[in-house]
Amino acid sequence: MSRVLSYEEKDTWIHRLSGVTKLVFFLLWSITSMLSYDTRVLVVMLICSLLIFRMSRTEWRQVGTVFKFIMLFLVINLLAIYVFSPDQGAKIYGSSTPLFGDTGRYALTKEQLFYECNVMIKYLTVIPAVFMFIVTTNPSEFAASLNKVGIHYNIGYSLAIALRYIPDVQDEYKKIKHAQEARGIEMSSKASLKDRIKSTSAILFPLIFSSMDRIDIISNAMELRGYGKHKERTWYSERALQRNDYIVLIVTILFSVVALVITFHDGSRFYNPF
Amino acid sequence: MRQVEPIITFKDFTFKYRAQVEPTLYDINLSIYPGEKILIVGPSGSGKSTLAHCINGLVPFSYKGDISGSYEIKGQNPQKLGIFGLSKIVGTVLQDTDGQFIGLTVAEDIAFVLENDKVPQPEMKQRVQDVAELMDVDTLLKCAPRELSGGQKQRVSMAGVMIDDVDILLFDEPLANLDPATGKKTIALIDKIQKERPVTILIIEHRLEDALYKDVDRIIVMSEGRIVADTTPDELLSGNVLEEHGIREPLYLSALKQAGCHILPETKPQHIESMDLSPYKDKVFDWFRSVSLKKKEISEESALEIKDLDFSYVSGKPILQDIHFTIKKGEMVSIVGKNGAGKSTLSNLICGFMQPDRGSMLLQGQDISTLSIKERGEKIGFVMQNPNQMISKPMIFDEVALGLRVRGVSEDEVKERVYETLKICGLYPFRNWPVSALSFGQKKRVTIASILVMNPDILILDEPTAGQDYKHYTEIVEFLKQINGQFGITILMITHDMHLMLEYTDRAIVLADGKIIADDIPAKVLTNEEIAQKAYLKKTSLYDLAVNCGIEAVSDFVECFIQYDREKRKERN
Repeated sequence: MSRVLSYEEKDTWIHRLSGVTKLVFFLLWSITSMLSYDTRVLVVMLICSLLIFRMSRTEWRQVGTVFKFIMLFLVINLLAIYVFSPDQGAKIYGSSTPLFGDTGRYALTKEQLFYECNVMIKYLTVIPAVFMFIVTTNPSEFAASLNKVGIHYNIGYSLAIALRYIPDVQDEYKKIKHAQEARGIEMSSKASLKDRIKSTSAILFPLIFSSMDRIDIISNAMELRGYGKHKERTWYSERALQRNDYIVLIVTILFSVVALVITFHDGSRFYNPF
Repeated sequence: MRQVEPIITFKDFTFKYRAQVEPTLYDINLSIYPGEKILIVGPSGSGKSTLAHCINGLVPFSYKGDISGSYEIKGQNPQKLGIFGLSKIVGTVLQDTDGQFIGLTVAEDIAFVLENDKVPQPEMKQRVQDVAELMDVDTLLKCAPRELSGGQKQRVSMAGVMIDDVDILLFDEPLANLDPATGKKTIALIDKIQKERPVTILIIEHRLEDALYKDVDRIIVMSEGRIVADTTPDELLSGNVLEEHGIREPLYLSALKQAGCHILPETKPQHIESMDLSPYKDKVFDWFRSVSLKKKEISEESALEIKDLDFSYVSGKPILQDIHFTIKKGEMVSIVGKNGAGKSTLSNLICGFMQPDRGSMLLQGQDISTLSIKERGEKIGFVMQNPNQMISKPMIFDEVALGLRVRGVSEDEVKERVYETLKICGLYPFRNWPVSALSFGQKKRVTIASILVMNPDILILDEPTAGQDYKHYTEIVEFLKQINGQFGITILMITHDMHLMLEYTDRAIVLADGKIIADDIPAKVLTNEEIAQKAYLKKTSLYDLAVNCGIEAVSDFVECFIQYDREKRKERN
């Protein structure tokens, strides 16, 4: 059974990169794409994103559900921009060219359409990078990476251990839900939303209590095996930076610098074709 | 006499948890020598776990309290060593194989100790590989915990503590979550480890008979915070200490005592296979001739009929296949088989949590396949293994009333029915108490009460006796027997507790690899080598007793003994 948005081991050059490299790439990539409204830059980034995504051999089933969700938000976002500031494009680009004749405040202008296109491209540039990062980075290796860049191992390890126990808690949730449903607590769509919210407590309380038992066991087990003994620790799944990592890091940094220079050289982060 | 210094010593040691008024351990005097294999037994609350915690450092470093007297581990004061210093000497394998699996993969879990000790990666990888080979988990190094069986998880846990070359291995109820055959393998593995490495082994377990599958040097019996016996297995098994302190003795010994035999240490009662039975044979024969088997009358009316059930998650990989059986009204039936044989799936299908691919289910002749989970819940009650997984209200009354209230029953009727159920379950005096004030066994009763209140025809219980000591085990099952007898409620239990199956159920349905391989009285199932092997059960030691005494009607003998033993126990309670 494969779970949505979880690490899957595959042998591609992206999987072989260190978690640090991918983290740096992901951060710089997102920042660049957030800052820039330069359509030329964004289009290049979008193409790169899609290429990288393809090379990571990520399959649709791993990310499909989440992608659909994000698309839904994207649509809502785009509509909201139009509803609340239909003249945003005109303000930015300093001109107003209605597409279908002048129909008052909500007249759709070329500028508005162009602006919203830019927003959409920004989303689409970042999404593949996020997916790629999550599904190709081994969580333990990532925890090791975080530690390596100077973050205390407690933080990285908390993350790894959360990922370790999420499936267990999910199973337990399912079991508890079933047992409570059998007692008559309706959780299916037959019950009203209000009832369903109310009856969630019948599942959450037992889940919390049994999770607390679990936490007790885990923390004892960790302590008995020396967790927290030293200020540092080593990592079984740590991966040293290799040639490819340095190449990717340098390329990423160069790319971001160039992209931001192109974006900001004329004093505005918007590219104005009008 | 002994030349070597003890590795563990306790002198007039007393310990009191900070939150408690009375000490949990009193005047412990104990010496354990390097290379010994010690079994520590005792009922719940006897202090055996606390003693273990003192040895591995959870007491007093995680669980605070007051210590008086002295103790030493490997010649050092544990309080100075600290929990980390102790972890270099004592390796602990905990009861919960799931909870202690910390890493995302087997290799990382094994390496955990080394990571915390800043061992460089190349050395770490080599050591993980070596210990994994020793424990026979080297092919699983990249697996995630959920891909492993209970036995494999336990081997990983053992590898994870043995990687550090500890002097003492401490096993905290290693058999609790395992099916009988896997438990047997675990005991054999512990034995093998000790033969290959110079370690001292401490096993805490209340399943004495299973733990004694391989030789131990000494058994320490704890009761109410004190050591009440510290002797060889043969001496201990010949006396009455176990019975007096509520610890279940091996079944074959109970049977011999039932037949009026006085057990002698020189007959080596530690293992039934090698025990000298010649002084007892005649008595056993006489006893068997003097008793007669009482047959329980079973109604002809069927309560639940399962017909040709198939289920699979992925087509082509069946989880259950051609499941076909009938349960009569008022029967008490156990569903047994190894972990992953499909027992839980079967109960999930009966309760409607999942839908079968094929087949039908009839409840008192009526097809229930169209009923929702909630509708089935009124007729088929399901009780989970851990009461903490079910209890969702802070007050006992509200918890039991929950099922009625959501079904819109009037408050007057709710009150009446809840009180009545609480009386049946012996919880009436606690009706206004908060659930948190109850013991584990009482909580279990509350969950059973909260199902019984809906007047189900059938009660399905998932591992009702897991983790219970002999006293609580008897309490819970006698209670079930009582509601089964008095109210004619049909009871179905999913279990890998061989005692429960043998002593309390009328019939056992044995699953192996998704198929029913036996559907017979438990005494017959547990005396059949082939079935036991296929389903990862363990043949009862009564079988060996009967065979070694030359009795031919083995399953009748087993059944007779069980019947008499139960009656005796009932009188006692």
